Amino acid sequence: MAGPSVQSLKLPLTGNDAAAYAMKQVNPDVVAAYPITPQTELMQTFAEYVHDGEVDTELITAESEHSAMSACVGAAAAGARTMTATSANGFALMWEVLYIAASLRLPITMTVVNRALSGPINIHCDHSDSMGARDAGWIQLYAENPQEAYDLLLVALKAAENHDVLLPAMVMYDGFIISHTMEVVETLPDEAVREFVGPYKPAYAMLLDKKPFTVGPLDFHDYYFEHKRQEIEGMLHAPAALAASAAEFEGLTGRSYGPLETYRADDAEVIMVALGSTAGTARYAVDALREQGHAVGLMKLRTFRPFPAAEIAAALGGAKCVVVCDRVVSFGAFGSPTFAEVRSALYEVPERPLVINYIYGLGGRDTGPDLLEQAFEEGLRVASTGEIKEHVGYLGVR
Amino acid sequence: MEKKKGWKEIPLGGLITEAGNAEEYDTGSWRTFKPVLDAEACNNCLLCWIFCPDTSVLVENEEVKGFDYKHCKGCGICAAECPKNAIEMVLDEEE
Ligand code: SF4
Ligand code: SF4
Repeated sequence: MAGPSVQSLKLPLTGNDAAAYAMKQVNPDVVAAYPITPQTELMQTFAEYVHDGEVDTELITAESEHSAMSACVGAAAAGARTMTATSANGFALMWEVLYIAASLRLPITMTVVNRALSGPINIHCDHSDSMGARDAGWIQLYAENPQEAYDLLLVALKAAENHDVLLPAMVMYDGFIISHTMEVVETLPDEAVREFVGPYKPAYAMLLDKKPFTVGPLDFHDYYFEHKRQEIEGMLHAPAALAASAAEFEGLTGRSYGPLETYRADDAEVIMVALGSTAGTARYAVDALREQGHAVGLMKLRTFRPFPAAEIAAALGGAKCVVVCDRVVSFGAFGSPTFAEVRSALYEVPERPLVINYIYGLGGRDTGPDLLEQAFEEGLRVASTGEIKEHVGYLGVR
Repeated sequence: MEKKKGWKEIPLGGLITEAGNAEEYDTGSWRTFKPVLDAEACNNCLLCWIFCPDTSVLVENEEVKGFDYKHCKGCGICAAECPKNAIEMVLDEEE
């Protein structure tokens, strides 16, 4: 791998600081947002950049997230590079407009600081907010740490704005665990970011285009399906656009961002699948179990939409048992969202691994290496006996 | 029947790229009842023209001349608002 081509500046940043810093360097035309824990600090920091004249952004402090996302849609349709951020219930309040942003093909970029959806009301991390929007037509990337929160926002923005894609993108990281934890983050110089994202080239712009046109008219049974088919096509181009954006980013930074990442998985009999900050804990558990002679590994899933089914089949196909950990419950479903889709991705693998599911960490419940080791041990038992006792288990619930 | 376009041939994201083309849309086909003017009773107050949501009351030189049946949806607002009972809604039996 080639080294970075640009000198980075190391800064101590929380996840929220890192996302705000990336936004500052992008210098978007419009940001419309509403504060909600644990995203609040991110927007507060960005608002300071606006106040201090460090960005040219028009900051719209909307009266709700429904309005914030609506303002983003209006701004993006007008031809503005548009960004925002939210969490949990605020994210839920954006719901109908998320679909509108995607179907109008507006590449808005949003940070989602993952937090449990009420109720009971809770401010801590799980993935119930963003997982619920997996069918909304947005690109979805899960960051593990503040570095990825910074990097993936830039990678996602460039892929979203690619004219073969033209879909909005959200980048997630874990509320409090990452949003409020300070780490050393390697940042690019402002000019390098500006050059990487380039000048914004909207596919259409109500304020700039000379010829008048209508955005968002009624679309019935005669054409709605065709417009959805166009949207599907955009998503089908997203893997290539993400790969191109990530490759260019790797040239600048030396950091490589594929749709997934494996750790000690090549010869592993049991591979855990995890998203977000838990991937770090899982690596620790893998090392501990490897010390004891167990052939275990990890697959960290970074890109949830577009779902990298072929890459997952290649990464997991050689295992005897796959343990899918998800920080979300899908009530009434056969397992959690990642479980269902990973299991489906493995259907045509010649020697299909057995797949089990653990739901963990709801409402911010701490999930340490001990709990993940428990999950691995059950995976090892399934691998050696070939017998699944329960498809879905709950880690750390009393 | 008109052959409809496929997904590769239509504007992105449901945009309408031509201004003012709603005129080509025959909303008159929605109609069950159609307004018919009694020119004798009409005093040309033009309330019907003001109230018509589809600009389908045809006026020339401040006089009501009839209705644009290509676009009149037959809602009956004009008849309801007319102070002279000069508009009758009759079952539209064409087609
Ligand atoms: S409202 Fe009645 S009276 Fe007035 S212009 Fe229309 S038809 Fe004539
Ligand atoms: S029936 Fe309705 S649409 Fe037709 S002319 Fe009267 S007000 Fe206009």
